[in-house]
Amino acid sequence: MKLLNILLSAFRALIRNKLRTLLTMLGMIIGVGAVIIMLAIGEGAQNAVKESINSLGSNILILMPGSFNQGGVHMGAGTRSSLTEDDINAIARECPSVKYITPVVTTGGQIVYGNMNWATRTMGVNDQYLDIRQWKMGSGDFFTDQDVKGGAKVCILGQTVVDNLFGDGTDPIEQTIRIRNKPFRVVGVLSKKGQNSEGQDQDDVILAPYTTVQKRLSFNQWIGQAMISCVSADGINSATKEITEVLRMRHKTLPQDPDDFTIRNQADIASMRNQTNETMTILLACIAGVSLLVGGIGIMNIMLVSVTERTREIGIRMSVGAKGSDILTQFLIEALVLSLFGGTIGIILGISGSKILTKAFEWQTYITTFSVMLSFGFSIVIGIFFGWYPARKAAMLDPIDALRYE
Amino acid sequence: MSDNNGRKKVIEISHVTKVYKLGDEVDVHALRGVSLDIYQGEFIAIMGASGSGKSTFMNILGCLDKPTKGNYMLDGIDVGSLSRDKLAEIRNKKLGFVFQGFNLLSRTSAIENTELPLFYCSISQKRRKEKALDALKRVGLGERINHYPNQLSGGQQQRVAIARSLVNDPTIILADEPTGNLDSRTSVEVMGIFQELNNQGITIVLVTHEPDIADFTKRHVIFKDGKIKSD
Repeated sequence: MKLLNILLSAFRALIRNKLRTLLTMLGMIIGVGAVIIMLAIGEGAQNAVKESINSLGSNILILMPGSFNQGGVHMGAGTRSSLTEDDINAIARECPSVKYITPVVTTGGQIVYGNMNWATRTMGVNDQYLDIRQWKMGSGDFFTDQDVKGGAKVCILGQTVVDNLFGDGTDPIEQTIRIRNKPFRVVGVLSKKGQNSEGQDQDDVILAPYTTVQKRLSFNQWIGQAMISCVSADGINSATKEITEVLRMRHKTLPQDPDDFTIRNQADIASMRNQTNETMTILLACIAGVSLLVGGIGIMNIMLVSVTERTREIGIRMSVGAKGSDILTQFLIEALVLSLFGGTIGIILGISGSKILTKAFEWQTYITTFSVMLSFGFSIVIGIFFGWYPARKAAMLDPIDALRYE
Repeated sequence: MSDNNGRKKVIEISHVTKVYKLGDEVDVHALRGVSLDIYQGEFIAIMGASGSGKSTFMNILGCLDKPTKGNYMLDGIDVGSLSRDKLAEIRNKKLGFVFQGFNLLSRTSAIENTELPLFYCSISQKRRKEKALDALKRVGLGERINHYPNQLSGGQQQRVAIARSLVNDPTIILADEPTGNLDSRTSVEVMGIFQELNNQGITIVLVTHEPDIADFTKRHVIFKDGKIKSD
């Protein structure tokens, strides 16, 4: 019996019992759909992490002063004042793996423009900050090296700040705002960057030259943090080594003493976060896999019923010369058609389901070819696995008994 | 392989026995040494009361069952020693079946039912259609090829079944009480078809317990208690 004929008769047999076929396929549809959606969510979450890392800038290191240690009580990274402007300049000068470096001096405070006011972070940075963060200007210009050296009272606004202070549509550029009562001239507005991976609004920020922030706002000559961009991803390790060397030498740290600073590598944090995500994805996929298994058992159940119901048909076919293998193929193909159709509909459902989730809950979902291939492959495997037993049962029937079956 | 009239011997059964084991110790002897030769072009009625072994004999004749002992030569092939798959092939190529209950596939048209044996051998789709149509014409159903079994009368359904048994040009047609489910007028009609096919040279073996049906045939073999009582 040629394959095409078997295929046709399989379709005919399935169409004969439309409702049953549909209900059987439903198991596969839900299973495959769930696998696709779960993998899409997992992949989407990983992508979100990846994006938020990229939004921070690429190949970034964060340099922080060491922890303050008072009577054996460690106060946590950054509590100690040990980083100076000179340290930053030395790193920029002496570390070949460092591409950009900026001090980051953060302070809070109320911002006032006209009768509007807003509380936000003011970050003191140098002119390399945008390159490190890979951030673009929305309008206007960033302050220059000159502004940083001269401690100019200029600032750049994030979009959220603009929305809150200039809600009436005034162009903020060349306007003067007051940060903690000190007047600053707005020279530029940042483009919108959105939330970072922790859900913090990155646009709710004001940037100003760090020199100005130190002198006018925080009155603190120490550098709270530095952000470093390495020449390449491979440069992260060498940069870490170079910075450590430079700082230990400059701080005259004895060889047996620990570093008085911390270098944090964003890739480490990211991979840790990705691991959690991966665990989540595997868990979700397992749950979806169970529903796929249940779908498969549904197929086996229906195929067994079908074999019993069509015993006479099997007898007739055998009496006119069907071999056991012909009958086996026929029922196996039926199971396979069931699972493949169910699988295909499931894939379509999964893809559209992921799209709906993205629309409705703004979850990031991402459908990979891998997940589609995986669920399609699973459909085939399940069709063969769960179709085999009923098909074999049919093939082993005795033609005389089968013909006599009522 | 041929008798003195020059006719070919298509079936040669010698000393066939069939024992069914029911449980551990109870043996049912369905056939107790049956020998029968059938020649090309014969039209034979096999008769006997129920339990006489005629159904068992037909199953063996139809390669659906194997004898416990004895030899069965079909068209020169020793059928007794063949595997399940080989027997299926023999049924496909050399035998045609007509059953009491018609045994057509439901929700399958007359022509597709007729084609069924040809699905299991390599033959082109076009040739298959031609042969099926030809077989249906031979039983006088050339007009109703696309009807489903439930749209046909009993007599018409049995004619489709006969067409199906004919379609693979079998050596022999085995009919197991083909008129059992038909009224007497339709029975006569169906027997008429069998007679006509026999006149065209086809060998037919028919099981019946009705003497008037047996009268359509040329040779009567009567079974009793697993043996041939008269031939």
